[in-house]
Amino acid sequence: MLPIGHYLFLSLALFIIGVIGVVTRRNVIVVLMSIELILNAVNINLVAFSRLYGDVAGQVFALFIIADAAAEAAVGLGIIIAFFRNRETVLADEMDLLKW
Amino acid sequence: MIPAGYFLVHLWLIPLFPLATAALMLIIGKRLPKAGVSLLCVGSVGLSFIYAAGAVLQLLAAEPEHRVAQQILFEWLTPGPMQMTGGRAIQFVADWGFLLDPLSCVMVLVVTGVGFLIHVYSVGYMGHEGGYYRFFGYMNLFMFAMLTLVLANNMLLMFVGWEGVGLCSYLLIGFYFLKKSASDAGKKAFIVNRIGDAGFILGILLTAVTLGAIRFTSQGLPDAEGASGILQALKAAVDTHALANGAPVLTGIALLLFVGAMGKSAQIPLYVWLPDAMEGPTPVSALIHAATMVTAGVYMVARMNAVYQLAPFAMDVVAVVGATTAIFAASMALVQNDIKKVLAYSTISQLGYMFLALGVGAFAAGIFHLMTHAFFKALLFLGAGSVIHAMSGEQDIRKMGGLWEKIPITAKTFAVATLAIAGIFPFAGFFSKDEILGQAFDRFFFLWIVGFITAGMTAFYMFRLLFLTFFGYSRADEHVEKHIHESPPAMTVPLMILAALSIIGGWIGWPGSLGGENRFERFLEPVLAGVLTETGAVKIAHHALAKEIFLMVASLAIAGGGIWLAYQFYRTKRFAPELVAAKWPKVYQLLLHKYFVDEIYDAAVVDRTKDLGTLLGRFDANVIDGVGVNGAGWLARFGSTLSMWWDKWIIDGLLNFSAKMMQLFSYPVRLLQTGLFSSYAMLILAGLVVLLVYYGHHVQVLLRSVR
Repeated sequence: MLPIGHYLFLSLALFIIGVIGVVTRRNVIVVLMSIELILNAVNINLVAFSRLYGDVAGQVFALFIIADAAAEAAVGLGIIIAFFRNRETVLADEMDLLKW
Repeated sequence: MIPAGYFLVHLWLIPLFPLATAALMLIIGKRLPKAGVSLLCVGSVGLSFIYAAGAVLQLLAAEPEHRVAQQILFEWLTPGPMQMTGGRAIQFVADWGFLLDPLSCVMVLVVTGVGFLIHVYSVGYMGHEGGYYRFFGYMNLFMFAMLTLVLANNMLLMFVGWEGVGLCSYLLIGFYFLKKSASDAGKKAFIVNRIGDAGFILGILLTAVTLGAIRFTSQGLPDAEGASGILQALKAAVDTHALANGAPVLTGIALLLFVGAMGKSAQIPLYVWLPDAMEGPTPVSALIHAATMVTAGVYMVARMNAVYQLAPFAMDVVAVVGATTAIFAASMALVQNDIKKVLAYSTISQLGYMFLALGVGAFAAGIFHLMTHAFFKALLFLGAGSVIHAMSGEQDIRKMGGLWEKIPITAKTFAVATLAIAGIFPFAGFFSKDEILGQAFDRFFFLWIVGFITAGMTAFYMFRLLFLTFFGYSRADEHVEKHIHESPPAMTVPLMILAALSIIGGWIGWPGSLGGENRFERFLEPVLAGVLTETGAVKIAHHALAKEIFLMVASLAIAGGGIWLAYQFYRTKRFAPELVAAKWPKVYQLLLHKYFVDEIYDAAVVDRTKDLGTLLGRFDANVIDGVGVNGAGWLARFGSTLSMWWDKWIIDGLLNFSAKMMQLFSYPVRLLQTGLFSSYAMLILAGLVVLLVYYGHHVQVLLRSVR
């Protein structure tokens, strides 16, 4: 069995990639995909610790997160399509309607 | 038969008949046939005459001192508290009531009798004129007002009649209202009368506050003791020495009332309207401006004789004004060429005689002359109307002449009236004029001379008129000449009746010196006694027989002299009027232009009034409109500008200022809010990193425990 540190490192790497994606990318779809990466980084953590401690609750929690991510993707993509229909753009820096 | 006292309790019907027909004429007269209009209007005046005559006859049945019938129809102004001078509070009351005493008997008979004859005449005279119904409507309205005036039992109701006759006079002078001179003359009469009326109403008010009554007398009323009358109040005041003979307030009342009489009876200085009033139809001149309305002032002064007898100064003023007017107007009549203008000035002159009589205390003589004058002057005017009718509307006596044969009835009746006004025995004017001059002789010798000379002038100008109109060669135009014709019977019959009255009308006052007993004066005595029990300052003088005969001969002589002069001037041509005029051109011009009085009034009053109007107009345009209205507008605009500025800069400014400040202070905060979720995410991340660094130690411990 691999030591927990490897899992944590993988998870950290995925998380950082996700964060960088969310912060830097302009395309909202890519941002949505990056958020998926962050969620999955969390999932890896949960599953890894579940295995380490022999506690199944972590895995159950991970399953919830996957379900949640699916719902989130559905809602998020729906918003993006609706927005695109209105403004014909999916670029984040053009979505500044809430700006004062 | 007619029950005793029937006419006396139906006094109110006398003015009501003409009022009813006047109302009928003015409402539906246009749709009535001419015959209907004539029948109704003349008939109503005839009915009034019958009722008046009946009432007078029934009054005559009573004893002389009980010859007063007073009847109150209703309370007109309900009693109200009024404070008299001196502080005594009384109940002021004015009723709509009628009074028939010897004085109003004379007036009511003259008004209805002469009025009836003139109405009959008008049927003939106005037959071809337009507005026939309108003419008769106004005439009947006039009869109503005049009868109200003479029958009124108090001053205020008298004033109603007084104003009513003024209105009708205005309407009838301006009857041919399309003619500018006629409508101007109407206005002139109305406006000049206003001045007099102001005096009259002030006199009424002063009487009311001084004596506490405006009813002439309480005699003849059911509760004669309780009811208040001027005569009774005056008597009480004199008896208690509250008012002495010649008290200033009584002089004030008398003078104010006389101002009213001046206006209505055309005395100096308010006579100017009467000559112009000749613009009206000739029957109007006869009825209103000769026989009845213009004598209202004489009647009013005689009616108020009790006050005048206690105001010797006012009496003197009346006498002097009367005598001055008499000679002044007579002098203007000498040179007039319009047949009606001569008669108009003659009327003014004769009214002056009446006031002379009143002023010297010969009230009965004044009323006597009023009556005889009504007969012969109405006759003269109607005769003049008949002449004008025959001459196709020509009024200039220079274009007449030789009418004696062509219109004999008119000419003969006119001659009778001329003899009457000249004062030739035994025509009516002789008795009345002689009575006046006889009274003036003792009381005011200088005024007697004035009246005496006027008598000569009267004879002269009247015979000048007679000679120029009816004698000599015809100077008329050819086409006028052809149409000369005698008037129809409707016109000539009234002329003949009036001629008869002009002859015999004076016999009722046949003086004692000629074997008569002057019944007229005796008849009026109860009304004209005044309130002074002892022989006062003003009392009718009784002359010695010889003196009276002398005075009569003297006035006959001067009348004869005037006639002789007129005969020499205009018949034998021994003197030529043109030469006389050329010899004294200034005098002639002065007389011809009526002393330039109209011009002086225009310059002194009318133009000044117009100037005042212009001035007030300018004041209105510049000060009221300029400073006032426009100023107020400017002020409102200025205020609203100020208010707007306040609103814009202070109220709105405060709001905007707070918003601006908000904007200013929100600047750094706003910089953070980019609206880009990536920058928000970046900030979250930065926050996370800060937290991690800050709590790094704890994280390290956490990680170590995990391992």
